[in-house]
Amino acid sequence: MSLRQKTLELQKRMHNALEGGGTQAIEKQKATGKKTARERILTLLDPNSFHEYDLFVEHAGKDFDMDKKYLPGDGVITGTGTINGYPVCIYAQDFTVAGGSLGYMHAKKITKIMDQAMKLKVPIIGINDSGGARIQEGVNSLAGYGEIFYRNTQASGVIPQISVILGPCAGGAVYSPALTDFVFVVDKISKMFITGPEVIKTVLGEEISMEELGGARVQSEISGNAHFFALSEDECFEQIKKLVSYIPWNNTKTAESFPSKSPKTKEYKISSIFPTDSKQPYDVRDIIKAVADDSEFLEVQELFAPNIVIGFGRIDGKSVGFVANQPLVLAGVLDVDSSDKAARFIRFCDAFNIPLVTFVDLPGYLPGVDQEHAGVIRHGAKILYAYSEATVPKITVILRKAYGGGYIAMCSHHLKADFVFAWPTAEIAVMGPEGAAKIIFKNEIQNAENPEEMRKLKIKEYQEKFANPYVAAAYGYIDAVIEPGQTRNMLIHALKISVSKTESHLPKKHGIPPF
Amino acid sequence: MDENSNPKTKYSVLEIGEVKYNTLFTKKYLNRKPYIPKNPKQIVSFIPGIIKKIYVKTGSKVKAGDKLLVLEAMKMNNDIIAQTSGKIQKINVKTGDHVPKNFVLVEIK
Repeated sequence: MSLRQKTLELQKRMHNALEGGGTQAIEKQKATGKKTARERILTLLDPNSFHEYDLFVEHAGKDFDMDKKYLPGDGVITGTGTINGYPVCIYAQDFTVAGGSLGYMHAKKITKIMDQAMKLKVPIIGINDSGGARIQEGVNSLAGYGEIFYRNTQASGVIPQISVILGPCAGGAVYSPALTDFVFVVDKISKMFITGPEVIKTVLGEEISMEELGGARVQSEISGNAHFFALSEDECFEQIKKLVSYIPWNNTKTAESFPSKSPKTKEYKISSIFPTDSKQPYDVRDIIKAVADDSEFLEVQELFAPNIVIGFGRIDGKSVGFVANQPLVLAGVLDVDSSDKAARFIRFCDAFNIPLVTFVDLPGYLPGVDQEHAGVIRHGAKILYAYSEATVPKITVILRKAYGGGYIAMCSHHLKADFVFAWPTAEIAVMGPEGAAKIIFKNEIQNAENPEEMRKLKIKEYQEKFANPYVAAAYGYIDAVIEPGQTRNMLIHALKISVSKTESHLPKKHGIPPF
Repeated sequence: MDENSNPKTKYSVLEIGEVKYNTLFTKKYLNRKPYIPKNPKQIVSFIPGIIKKIYVKTGSKVKAGDKLLVLEAMKMNNDIIAQTSGKIQKINVKTGDHVPKNFVLVEIK
């Protein structure tokens, strides 16, 4: 055969494989508002950057007449490419081929590209759209999942791992995304659950729709399994592109630097955003935007536990992770969900050399039987663990309230923050003036002729003496009391001066964080 | 959450340590279930399931530890046991009934 003939044969084989599940299946996929697996990869990656591997892999099913079937690429597309020049390994399950079901070779393709990502030290992106295990392949399909989970765990903290849920992702399959760093979901397209509505109905007699059980909104708002919520696949891809601009390729690198840009000070003016009365709410994201380059802030888990805000921004062109109590929601308290949310983010930033900037304004922990019974002790401890463990530059700014355990938890000097700044409005104390006065001056108040008057007087007295940053500053727990307008300059300086910070832990295999 | 920056936003009050904070509540916070102390005289289904067998009748005397009924759930037959001694005041189920979680099955006096 001539080279021309050989080439024609290659082209024919490629054509067959590239057809995926065929015209009908593709039409069905599109009718539900979904792109095909290949379209998804091409939309996300830079034009002409995608290179596919293992296109000719065939499935290994022998039983139930599966050996007579041809499944193009065995239902998953794998390859490498770039996102705005940022290199990634990627795979996308193809729902049009046997429902994207995971068989032995399908899993092999995924683990092969994951191994490649770990070896090349570049991020891995997995696009999930699969009916689940390929039942015909039995235990080999389970083995496939296990091999993926193992690699997710090995890769954790070495390369960023991104999961994109663009279809069903049910049963054991959900554990791969759960082990990765960021989970992206799209409204009405993503569905995640361990046991589906049918099983729940037959076993428990409870009726619920897929959407209510594990739709994108539920996973973003209620369970906290998802980190980014989008209304369309295109919006989702834009979010991924933004995210990768803030994070490094791997744990030995730092995120890319960008030219420094001033915040939009007209729109985000601290003096007009920020109420000094600590009982009044404001949106702490506006404070973040008032100090971040170009007032840009990529919020993570926006809908989940909104009483704490986490996300990425840049200061003087360098990527930082912001953690901030949100007085706008539940007065910014720490609770089970907000502790989980912040702690995981802190550990991500620490693993990938992204400095942490913490804004503190919280009245403490949320009281309640539900909180105690849900284990707020164990969950709350995660924040302490994560901050104490983190060795990246840690800069804390206390805006207003920093009471009790909340003060300690929010990256105080005692957890080895590198810099703790306080605004003149900061109140660092064991508790709020009202509570403290009631305990300290109990007798005076009880025995007074007018207890209510005395109570007010003593609250005022406590407020004047202790509800300020100067008591803590007198012990050196605050490095500098700064004017709010100086915050960005102080952050720029603190980050610059701590650029070569290295810190190491006592030798150990690994710590045992409170899960 | 643009509506939040609207000065007309109506805030709720959350009291922590004697201080009342103006703030917004989340759906999850509003939907939290109030704590109800357990009543040992009310036998409640700990899991949804099907009533397979009932060992007792209204009026019969039971001792703590006695089997009251069998609740099948997750392919398991679970013996439901009296936690307190007394007289069966009311049986709210019959054999074959599907019951949700936390359903009061039997009341003991």
